[in-house]
Amino acid sequence: MPENQNQNPEAGLPISKIRAGKVSKYTIPHFVAPLDETPLQGVDAVKETGKPLSMWAEAWRSLRKRPLFIISALLIIVVIAIATIPGLFTSVDPTSCYLEFSNEGPSSGHPMGYNFQGCDVYARAIHGTRASLMVGIFTTIFVVLIGGTIGALAGFYGGWLDTILARLGDIFFALPMVLGAIIVMQLPAFRDNKSVWTVIVTLAIFGWPQVARITRGAVLEARDADFVKASRALGLSRGKSLLKHVIPNAMAPVIVVATVNLGVYIVAEATLSFLGLGLPFEVMSWGNDISSAQSQLRNNPMMLMWPALFLSVTVLSFIMLGDAVRDALDPKSRKGN
Amino acid sequence: MVQNSEPKPLLEIKDLAITFSTPDGPVNAVRNANLTVMPGETVAIVGESGSGKSTTALAAIGLLPSNGEVSAGQILFDGEDISKASEKRFVELRGNHIGMVPQDPMSNLNPVWKIGFQVKETLKANGLAGSNPKQRVAQVLADAGLPDPETRMNQYPHEFSGGMRQRALIAIGLACRPRLLIADEPTSALDVTVQQQILDHLDTMTSELGTAVLLITHDLGLAAERAEKVIVMYKGQVVESGPALELLRNPQHPYTKRLINSAPSLAAQRGDKHEMAVDEVVAEKSEPLLKISNLTKVFDIRKGFGRKEKFTAVDKVSFEIPKGTTTAVVGESGSGKSTIAQMVLNLLDATSGDIVFDGQAIGKLSERELFKYRRRVQPIFQDPYGSLDPMYSIYRTIEEPLRIHGIGNQASREKKVKELLGQVSMPASTMHRFPNELSGGQRQRIAIARALALQPEMIVCDEAVSALDVLVQAQVLELLDELQRELGLTYLFITHDLAVVRQIADNVCVMEHGKLVEQGTVDEIFENAKSDYTRNLLSAIPGASLI
Repeated sequence: MPENQNQNPEAGLPISKIRAGKVSKYTIPHFVAPLDETPLQGVDAVKETGKPLSMWAEAWRSLRKRPLFIISALLIIVVIAIATIPGLFTSVDPTSCYLEFSNEGPSSGHPMGYNFQGCDVYARAIHGTRASLMVGIFTTIFVVLIGGTIGALAGFYGGWLDTILARLGDIFFALPMVLGAIIVMQLPAFRDNKSVWTVIVTLAIFGWPQVARITRGAVLEARDADFVKASRALGLSRGKSLLKHVIPNAMAPVIVVATVNLGVYIVAEATLSFLGLGLPFEVMSWGNDISSAQSQLRNNPMMLMWPALFLSVTVLSFIMLGDAVRDALDPKSRKGN
Repeated sequence: MVQNSEPKPLLEIKDLAITFSTPDGPVNAVRNANLTVMPGETVAIVGESGSGKSTTALAAIGLLPSNGEVSAGQILFDGEDISKASEKRFVELRGNHIGMVPQDPMSNLNPVWKIGFQVKETLKANGLAGSNPKQRVAQVLADAGLPDPETRMNQYPHEFSGGMRQRALIAIGLACRPRLLIADEPTSALDVTVQQQILDHLDTMTSELGTAVLLITHDLGLAAERAEKVIVMYKGQVVESGPALELLRNPQHPYTKRLINSAPSLAAQRGDKHEMAVDEVVAEKSEPLLKISNLTKVFDIRKGFGRKEKFTAVDKVSFEIPKGTTTAVVGESGSGKSTIAQMVLNLLDATSGDIVFDGQAIGKLSERELFKYRRRVQPIFQDPYGSLDPMYSIYRTIEEPLRIHGIGNQASREKKVKELLGQVSMPASTMHRFPNELSGGQRQRIAIARALALQPEMIVCDEAVSALDVLVQAQVLELLDELQRELGLTYLFITHDLAVVRQIADNVCVMEHGKLVEQGTVDEIFENAKSDYTRNLLSAIPGASLI
């Protein structure tokens, strides 16, 4: 220890004299505060007032007061409602198209006008919500399940398992998602069975490494906590302590990333569909609508703008929700109290 | 100077009130605080965490957090009221007139800049760098007691030990010869012997320069030893202030009395002792509960490119713990004491040597035997903020061991949890709360309750009270003592603080660099230490010569 090597340079000084306490050359009054000013309280008494709150309950309390959360949550509720019961929002059949209305502007009952094929743009956008949202939600679920499991195992057990899983993740990470998805979607098995599910599987294949990395980091942090050691000393097996203590404590960053990524997957689906590789044309989706509106961009730009607007608002609200959740779950802002 | 001319205080705080605006409304962190610091003198503020001692000092240098403000009163520095001074004025004052040594040496140096650069920065900001700044920096570092300053100034903070970093921080704080130095717990994070060296050095430097020091500390023994005047703060108020020795010998306020009764450094000097759980005669006859012989742990340290280096953390340590007694393992950081605790808990495998618990060698236990062993030996860890799962309610936390070992049913477990909470003097209603709603001491009591749930025979306390405030620490120690007498528990008590040892232990093992340097009963060690290392540790306990 360097401290000990340089045996204190001031060793010659009369330390004993210093350490006997100092006496001031000024007179210092001995002040005692009146006892009733600061009544003595019990040492470390438990405050029994107030409702007990778990970490999640506390996060929810701070979350529900944030305008960012309120706005994004309302928007998401509307989008989910549109996806589940599109009939509530439009009574026009999006598949009954009349060529005589081709490229016509808005009219009563058709607020966004018609596309090149003479279909109602508003009705198509409403009915296209379901496909986009399904891709977003299911991709997120798969990505969290696969990435979360792999990341948690890699982080918790470490060693060679970690090395192999981390390299595997790096290989997928090195491929840009859209580029990789283009190639996978061209494979015969996927090309011939195009559906919402092929898109979901493709996106999940390239999406999991990101969640795996985040989970691995969070698990690494939680793994060494004293409460995990304590649970092992109580007799809990390693696997169970991973499930019962480590994973619940590593969830917060994963939830944040998953929420933000949900929006990203919706964009990825639209990109693939726009390129003609995503959803089959029979499936109504924003990506397909944007793709088919592309050729009419000069004649009828609004035909492209409307589905694009739906897409942007949905994606933006998921990203805003992710931000709000991040603020509420940020461990730094909640430590100390 | 004329003898009877009224001396002018350097810093005078009058009726100070500081308010923080929080989401739950304004909080009065400090109210009606009065204090004066005379030029060249040391004044110590003592109090527990949350008493407002640091807040008061930070207000004097204009470094309150952005949600805090001085809501009433005055802060007079050399006659000038700086309580409402502009940021510009504070920039002029800081460094030159008021210096600061912060608490945590690990986080207060910027890791990407060399030490020399960080000192030079201070000198430059105050226009004191002169024509040859390098030489000046070396001088400043040498003054702070850093050997070989020319080499040291070209090193980065991570190459420094904690004590050396604190010296560098002191060098920065004193670089511009301020008239007032605010030292906020300057040595709390350091080992006692290093603490002593650093404070000795700080004393010499400030008396040479004639700098007044406002020392903030939680240790009353240390305050009394280092300051002319001691101010005791409690719940944001000054409850008592006066000459250090007078205050220590003749405390008036009940809070001060309580502090003096509980401070381990002072109690150790008085020789306060706990009562033995078992008769000493019986203890000597009975077979030791835990027997450690030639225990060694070697870690491989990876050096890159597949090269490994061996590091011996624990080196051929042997000792025994008689049933129903407390054995303390004492040592400074890096002495290998916590590694022993982890091996006893079977969380780490020993490289060689034996740990025998009640006649059973624990290195060779089968999975089933290990599970049974877990029931008999339980840990309590240091960090009260880390040892409870924040996701688990207190009920689930204490119930977990019962559930793992399949003891009882829902109703009997709930009854047991209530009973355990009672044993650690917590109200039963606590069981619905979550760890983040409890203080450090309360969490530690919950950790004790969890450890007791399985009715173990031995508890391994790994620095179990080190992170707690003095009064809370005393309370937890007393609780441990009581439980030992009631339940006949055996403790393996790991600590860096010899002062605490006197209050709790029967036998002591002193460790240095992985080796056992001395062992004996508490009285033998405290009254007749044989090794120099132990004697150094003992004399470093602050307040040694005051009572």
